[in-house]
Amino acid sequence: MHNSPIATADQEAHQNPALLHHFATEEQQKDAASLGMWVFLATEIMFFGGMFCAYLVYRYWYFGDFGAGSQSLNVVLGGTNTAVLICSSLTVALAVRAAQLGQQKVIIICLILTMLLGLVFLGIKGVEYHDKFVEHHVPGPGFHFPGHVPGHPDIPINQHHAQIFFSLYFIMTGLHALHMIIGVGLFAFITYNAMRRRYGPDYYTPVEVAGLYWHFVDIIWIYLFPLLYLIDRSK
Amino acid sequence: MATAVLESGERETYLNKEYGIKSWLLTVDHKRIALLYLVSITFFFFIGGFFALLIRLELLTPAGDLVQADTYNKLFTMHGQVMVFFFLIPAVPAVLGNFLIPIMIGAKDLAFPRVNLLSWYLYIIGGALMLYTILNGGVDTGWTFYTPLSTEFLNTHVVTAGLAIFVAGFSSILTGLNFVVTTHRMRAPGMTWSRLPLFVWAHYATSIIQLLGTPVLAITLLLVVCERLFHLGIFNPALGGDPLLFQHLFWFYSHPAVYIMILPGMGIVSEIVCCFSRKRIFGYTAMALALLGIAVVGFLVWAHHMFVAGISLYAAMIFSLLSYFVAVPSAIKVFNWTSTMYKGSITYQTPMLYAFGFIGLFTMGGLTGLFLASLGIDVHVTDTYFVVAHFHYIMVGGMVMAYLGGMHFWWPKISGRMYPEGWGRLAALLVFVGFNLTFFPQFILGYMGMPRRYWDYSHSPEFQILNVLSTAGATVLAVGYVLPMIYFLWSMRYGKPAPDNPWNAAGLEWMVPSPPPTFNFEEQPVVTWEAYNYDEIKEEVPVAQ
Repeated sequence: MHNSPIATADQEAHQNPALLHHFATEEQQKDAASLGMWVFLATEIMFFGGMFCAYLVYRYWYFGDFGAGSQSLNVVLGGTNTAVLICSSLTVALAVRAAQLGQQKVIIICLILTMLLGLVFLGIKGVEYHDKFVEHHVPGPGFHFPGHVPGHPDIPINQHHAQIFFSLYFIMTGLHALHMIIGVGLFAFITYNAMRRRYGPDYYTPVEVAGLYWHFVDIIWIYLFPLLYLIDRSK
Repeated sequence: MATAVLESGERETYLNKEYGIKSWLLTVDHKRIALLYLVSITFFFFIGGFFALLIRLELLTPAGDLVQADTYNKLFTMHGQVMVFFFLIPAVPAVLGNFLIPIMIGAKDLAFPRVNLLSWYLYIIGGALMLYTILNGGVDTGWTFYTPLSTEFLNTHVVTAGLAIFVAGFSSILTGLNFVVTTHRMRAPGMTWSRLPLFVWAHYATSIIQLLGTPVLAITLLLVVCERLFHLGIFNPALGGDPLLFQHLFWFYSHPAVYIMILPGMGIVSEIVCCFSRKRIFGYTAMALALLGIAVVGFLVWAHHMFVAGISLYAAMIFSLLSYFVAVPSAIKVFNWTSTMYKGSITYQTPMLYAFGFIGLFTMGGLTGLFLASLGIDVHVTDTYFVVAHFHYIMVGGMVMAYLGGMHFWWPKISGRMYPEGWGRLAALLVFVGFNLTFFPQFILGYMGMPRRYWDYSHSPEFQILNVLSTAGATVLAVGYVLPMIYFLWSMRYGKPAPDNPWNAAGLEWMVPSPPPTFNFEEQPVVTWEAYNYDEIKEEVPVAQ
């Protein structure tokens, strides 16, 4: 098509190198990318939704055992991680703004800060996983979670039910961490492109779309944190 | 704008633009990816069909004499998993939808061509895992993976089968995502929502189900895999888990999955019925809304698979009622196809024969679905051949009929060649006769009480005659399926070159050359007409030679 001598209108449209051949205008391309990410996030909600549903059922059935499991999590580290993630959401938003304004250095700084915060989150999560491993709270043959149900010194914790809590804990936070790792990889790629000055007021869709993804991963954590760490902290 | 011409003097098309294995495996052209899918799903269709024939051969005699009981369990499991996840779900969207949606809405490609290619690779990775599972001895959980059977008590390849379907699921999600964004953002000027062909509406509704349902299956299978690997107990009652939770999550996807299979088929039938009746579709808006209605209500009926699993009576009553509601949009569709044909100028080409088959068989499948949605009858026929017959009427009688009809209808566009009409009609007839001979006896078998998934029925030899009929039908059906593959391949070399619009049909896809050039349209089309404007097309369907 682009070899044809008559396609002048097309060639004009092709002047922005980021405009792909099958889109008529840059606006159409940007709208498509943005809608694509929103639709993808809807599928992600359903993906995590299955686990939230399982959590809901077992929290209702095994109320006390879930409370006990929740109390054993390190709320200081979890809280710190929440703060770290919220800060990273800010740096992403600033990166998008910088891209819209064409401030090349600021884009790169904000993206690197985001990745660093993401890595801090993953590091803290690793420390938490390590603690659980040492305490034998990882589901499997070595699982051991002694004690009694909070508020009921006479009811011992049911090992099976506590194991379900920790199974859900590890799968939910594990899949969340996997999404974080994918996000950091995504930003590494975008930072590389930002260093080649790919983004500016004319074209910042990848920064914005990756930012949407990152905010979504943050929001998942905003739900995971109270459900896993805070359900039984009243005393 | 001049048509691009190759050095050999031929017109440049998506097929002859480039040659070589790389030009196919790295293509981002939606039409080439559709053909990649066509080859892959056909491969899996014949693997699944092979298992089906072995099942039918075993049931020819009451005694379990052809294969061992364990082997039989593997046969029906892998038949189900291969057919559902590697043929029925991708077939129409990934082949015909992929090929046609961009052309029908006047776009050069889908919104995300590279994502489209990625979805094919995910399908291939999932398919390879499934093949690995089959070659290593298979899996025997039933296609439903019910826990704790699948997680605790079986020593077969549940993990690789689960991962295969997990990966293939993401292929399905990406296809749906591409279709939704494409339909929203890539329509040509003038192609308003009320001018969209119903084929596109059908895929839009299908995509919504793929997007919202498939992730739930993905997480469910992931939990099954984790549970099996690490003995977690989330779905194991011995460890405090809830097998009913598994069934709820599984059917939350797997019931709407039936609509992933049937809705695109409905889209195809709408196109064919209009073309071969030379009339605008009756009740366009109702047809489009019915598609969306099925997609929405289809999400609210899943627990009718669990009436005897121990859910509460009140839940069962509500799910029973909601299941009846699906009949309303389904009936609207059947009535409107019939009304479209009423006083139409009908011709009986191969695609129309398949469309007739679809309407009749889908109606029977749908009506027997109402039997199963009613609590009392369901208890009597649960897990019998009645259920098997019912869902095969929908999936094979409905979806496969529509798929074959669509393949014949658009084959001239896809390949640039005509298929032999006489052989086409013969194959359509064989499929219809073979299908009914295979599955109608199963309704009676089920009502008489023959359970599904049994390898030996020597305690009740009176079932044999109906089973022999069914096996005979399966043989006819097999011939009916092999024939089109042979003459489609034959026509690619020897078929008559197809004109751009062999059926004098309405729609943008018939205004581009056959086969289309890589970017579909030489110039951006502008749509100024309603869909199915057959009242403005004076030519009839050309008489077949």
